[in-house]
Amino acid sequence: MMDENRGVWVFIEQNDGKIEGVSLELLGAGRKLADKLDVPLSGVLLGYEIMSLSQEVIAYGADQVYVIDHEVMKDYRTESYMKAVINLAEKYKPEIFLYGATSNGKDLASAVATDLSTGLTADTTMLDVEVDKRLLEASRPAFGGNIMATILCKKHRPQMATVRPKVMKALEPDHDRQGEVIEEAITLSEDDMRTKVIKIVKDVTKKVNLADAHVVVAGGKGMGDFQNFQLIHELADAIGATVGGTRDVVEAGWLPHEQQVGQTGETITPKVYFAIGISGAIQHVVGMKNSEFIIAINKDPDAPIFDVATYGIVGDALEIVPKLIKELKEARERGGEMSYV
Amino acid sequence: MHIVVCVKQVPDTKIIKINPKTNTLDRRSAPAILNPYDAHAVQEAVKITKSIGKGTISVLSMGPPQAVAVIKKSIEIGADRGFLISDRAFAGADTLATSYALSKALERISKDMPVDLIICGKHAIDGDTGQVGPGIARRLDIPPVTNVIEVSELNESEKTILIKRKITDGYELIQAQVPCLLTVEKEINSIEYSPMPNMIKAARYEPVIWSVNDLEEVDRTQLGLKGSPTIVGKMFTPPKPEGGKRLEGNADEQVKQLMELLNDKKELFVSR
Repeated sequence: MMDENRGVWVFIEQNDGKIEGVSLELLGAGRKLADKLDVPLSGVLLGYEIMSLSQEVIAYGADQVYVIDHEVMKDYRTESYMKAVINLAEKYKPEIFLYGATSNGKDLASAVATDLSTGLTADTTMLDVEVDKRLLEASRPAFGGNIMATILCKKHRPQMATVRPKVMKALEPDHDRQGEVIEEAITLSEDDMRTKVIKIVKDVTKKVNLADAHVVVAGGKGMGDFQNFQLIHELADAIGATVGGTRDVVEAGWLPHEQQVGQTGETITPKVYFAIGISGAIQHVVGMKNSEFIIAINKDPDAPIFDVATYGIVGDALEIVPKLIKELKEARERGGEMSYV
Repeated sequence: MHIVVCVKQVPDTKIIKINPKTNTLDRRSAPAILNPYDAHAVQEAVKITKSIGKGTISVLSMGPPQAVAVIKKSIEIGADRGFLISDRAFAGADTLATSYALSKALERISKDMPVDLIICGKHAIDGDTGQVGPGIARRLDIPPVTNVIEVSELNESEKTILIKRKITDGYELIQAQVPCLLTVEKEINSIEYSPMPNMIKAARYEPVIWSVNDLEEVDRTQLGLKGSPTIVGKMFTPPKPEGGKRLEGNADEQVKQLMELLNDKKELFVSR
């Protein structure tokens, strides 16, 4: 039965007619898996009035797009999306099925896996495939510690995983790329639905948007206390950066959760990342290691953060950061050369 | 109004250590606690029953016998009663097998008292998957609403509930029919101090413990290791990236070098 399952699928999450970044990243990752296995890569696109997005899915690497365009699918709901995805999976039998590890992606994948009685690996950060056994190797940080676990699903298909945003790379879109659009119908009526989305409220006042930040200054427990942590904000101000922090810092109440960088917070890829008083537990590193230019300041010369940092400073942040702030401010007053903001 | 809260005993991952030689989890290094998100789930059940002035809160857990501790903790927060399913047959369960076992226990609980609402924490801090809640909902064929940050307007006659669900850049307001299953975020409430009578009750409380034989119509092939499609293939420490350069000298010299570096990399600071 398993032998009839072929093909790599990516769930294409769209909101308001815009495809989520993670879905495009997954098309890039899925392309590699599909090429190794010599099978097509397919996108699964659900929603209302979203047909035009299928060309984008193809441009980012898919050979095929399964589309269900239906009024009931306008907003994400587990009930309707699950039913549509299960129908498709049972009809076309993919061997690998990837979802973004977003609220909706995780929710959907959990429900689908239950129905298909198959395995689901959460929050994957590395994907590979063993070609001979057609086995997906989905790796994720485990036990909140410095360790990765590779999860396998040997006897059930499809092999499913949710994948963290920003850890995989999207391909450069090729808008001339040709692919097949397969439109599928579904019989669902609003009356069957037990949940209704009354309204969607976008938080326009949200001040901090780590995910899109260009420069991030992040602090860890090494800052000592809330008072000292204010140095992180000062440095960020001086350099025009967004403030981030570790899980410890968020749990200590020094920063709100939306500013947490790492496995249970945001995964980010800024151009410049300052890691200050951060030791570099795998959970944190997973969230920031793809930053382009990383500067770490830490007292402990053996701190793992130095392994990922472009430049490391072994020293006391409480001594170094105030000096740095002073230099930056002076440089800015002189004008020109260091005016980042 | 009968609310069942699913809770899990987890090692405190803030304290847990990895044995560097064997790359395994040193469980003795960490105290076992009630999963923090589940504490908020119990607190929310208390809030809901208080707001409507009646109701029963049951907590359900799966785990070894010592997991009674998290049920007692839940009683302290304000739950009325607790059930623990504990059996070697459940051991080694992944999220699929866990949701199966818990759904069987939920069926048994609802036989005596129909369940209106199931609340779970967003995820457990030891696994971070968030898959069990939606899995239970699917098995019981009730709608799940995940990442809940507010519960309001429980309409008992209409059997509906209004929920705020956190999404990437804001929230959704959702009306769901009960019974349904919610998974809650930490910001949904703050854990209150437990009143003294709760603490006394918790100290004396003995939860109901069920083995697999106490559950009905159980397909044993769906339990524990046997019922778990996922396995851990290997554990490894992630490949270390190329270590970077270190800046030398005293603090002043280091800052000077850093300023030069930042100046060299000025183009990085310009917005895309």
